[in-house]
Amino acid sequence: MSAMTTSLGWAVSDSLTITRRNLIKVKRVPDLIVFATLSPIMFVLLFRYVFGSAIPIEGLDYAEFLLPGIFAQTVVFGSTITGASLADDLQKGLIDRFRSLPMARSAVLIGRTVADLGLNVVTIVVMALTGLAVGWRIHSSVGEALAGFVVLLLFAFAISWVMAYVGLLVRTPEVVNNASFIVIFPLTFIANTFVPTNNFPTVLKVIADWNPVSAVVQAARQLFGNTAPSLETSDAWSLQHPVPYVLLWVVVLLAVFVPLSVRTYLRTATR
Amino acid sequence: MRGMTNAIVVQGLVKRFGAQTALDGVDLTVAEGTVLGLLGPNGAGKTTVVRILSTLLEPDAGRAEVVGLDVVRQAGEVRASIGLTGQYAAVDEYLTGQENLEMVGRLYRLGKRESRSRAAQLLERFELTDAARRPAKTYSGGMRRRLDIAASLIARPRVLFLDEPTTGLDPRSRLGMWEFIADLVSDGTTILLTTQYLEEADRLADRMVVIDHGRVIARGTADDLKAQVGGERLELTVGSVEELARAADALRSLALDEPRCDEQTRRLTLPVTGGAATLAEALRRLESTGATVLDVGLRRPDLDDVFLTLTGHAADDERAGAPSDDDAADRTPATAGGALR
Repeated sequence: MSAMTTSLGWAVSDSLTITRRNLIKVKRVPDLIVFATLSPIMFVLLFRYVFGSAIPIEGLDYAEFLLPGIFAQTVVFGSTITGASLADDLQKGLIDRFRSLPMARSAVLIGRTVADLGLNVVTIVVMALTGLAVGWRIHSSVGEALAGFVVLLLFAFAISWVMAYVGLLVRTPEVVNNASFIVIFPLTFIANTFVPTNNFPTVLKVIADWNPVSAVVQAARQLFGNTAPSLETSDAWSLQHPVPYVLLWVVVLLAVFVPLSVRTYLRTATR
Repeated sequence: MRGMTNAIVVQGLVKRFGAQTALDGVDLTVAEGTVLGLLGPNGAGKTTVVRILSTLLEPDAGRAEVVGLDVVRQAGEVRASIGLTGQYAAVDEYLTGQENLEMVGRLYRLGKRESRSRAAQLLERFELTDAARRPAKTYSGGMRRRLDIAASLIARPRVLFLDEPTTGLDPRSRLGMWEFIADLVSDGTTILLTTQYLEEADRLADRMVVIDHGRVIARGTADDLKAQVGGERLELTVGSVEELARAADALRSLALDEPRCDEQTRRLTLPVTGGAATLAEALRRLESTGATVLDVGLRRPDLDDVFLTLTGHAADDERAGAPSDDDAADRTPATAGGALR
């Protein structure tokens, strides 16, 4: 029993050591900070004023409609850092070093995904402030609003673990970036992220309805109160019950990709 | 008693990667407090041995123990007793030297204060104190290697693995690194060192194991290996490439084996016996060919000859003919003789 608590204690302490290491990098690489703060600001402004001027949302200001969508898209993209960073560590021989140390076997991956979660928190705060400046408002209680942010971050955290697996498998940061772009771009666009899905062609609409990103966005809209009675929501169960649907995805993704990533990590060595 | 027990014991180690057999039954032992040089050409399996011993890879067959612990069944305990410096300088380039060492210290579970003081000690020892507060990104190649070795030493490991610690370093940094490594040995650390540089093994290692194609092809001290090759080497430099061929023809019957010609340096090397008499005979024959002899001499075989004889190819083919390296090798006994043996 005490041996177990001790080893759990070490796992936490090792993960914190790795998290700290990853966050120091954020501090020292200006590119990362720019990516994490300036680009979300730019996206909010571009979508708000470019798309916003052409997309009428019945009964709702476009800024209100847009922000939950762009939160979701940005945190999902933010999670790709996990894969690229692990591939980079692998290439530079750091994973070999970590694996030769008497540290907890999961700490490198936990430290990585937690640090990337932290980066996503920073990104979301910056975007929320920008959103508030361009007309986005939260109409719900503090608790609901916090729940909205938690849903977004939980989903991003789960995607981080998927990306951890991809990064350890692909092993080249550039390839991880390109590959994830090809997958994540459609994933976040064939959804209710930027436009209502009512007029999508049938096949696309079914995909969009069951796309977990749509449910994340829908959950956030509901929890922030960024909805309007006149705004039609699909009858699909996933969008009628977005919070449980998202949580189901989070649980499944973590249940599959945490063990898979840790197993891959334990067998990975620099070639 | 030091020197009586083995810090590393490897028996019948086999490792396959798909259809390719990287290790084909390797046996070796390293006595506590000594340095074993693991030599072999690129792709011989040196790094695979190190990866198995440092618990990064599991062998397909055979057994390996480090400080009496099985590297597969007791991998966790093995990790607490070893330090690994891989072929890449595995330092985080965004962390400072101090932060890198403290991180590794924490991961060895040294505790905050201990990690900090060990980090400071090692930075001092490896002459990195001035750079301690700079991100490792700004370090030179030699500094990164030093930081990497410092990181692997932070928890005072009983066994240290150095996988090609000086590959890619300029000659001056390499000499510096050798001094640091020689220092570690005097502390009593057991070291397994892989290298392609025979000069490096000659200088640092107590004993050597030569592997090729995943098998041990020779083992012993540098002197044992040289004796195993036997005889002497007659070496001469002539004025032109065309004279090189003529000289080789004239001397062929004196040689124990096919003469080795290096056209770039116009140097001819022949394994011979008979000492001065053979030299005199060689000079007489050369005179009759009319070749311009710029330099001629007899020497004992060096590790390059050992390698060539054992494996049929030079340790590092690109390097074999480079005049500056050969010159450096020739000077080694004079400059380094006192350092090791």
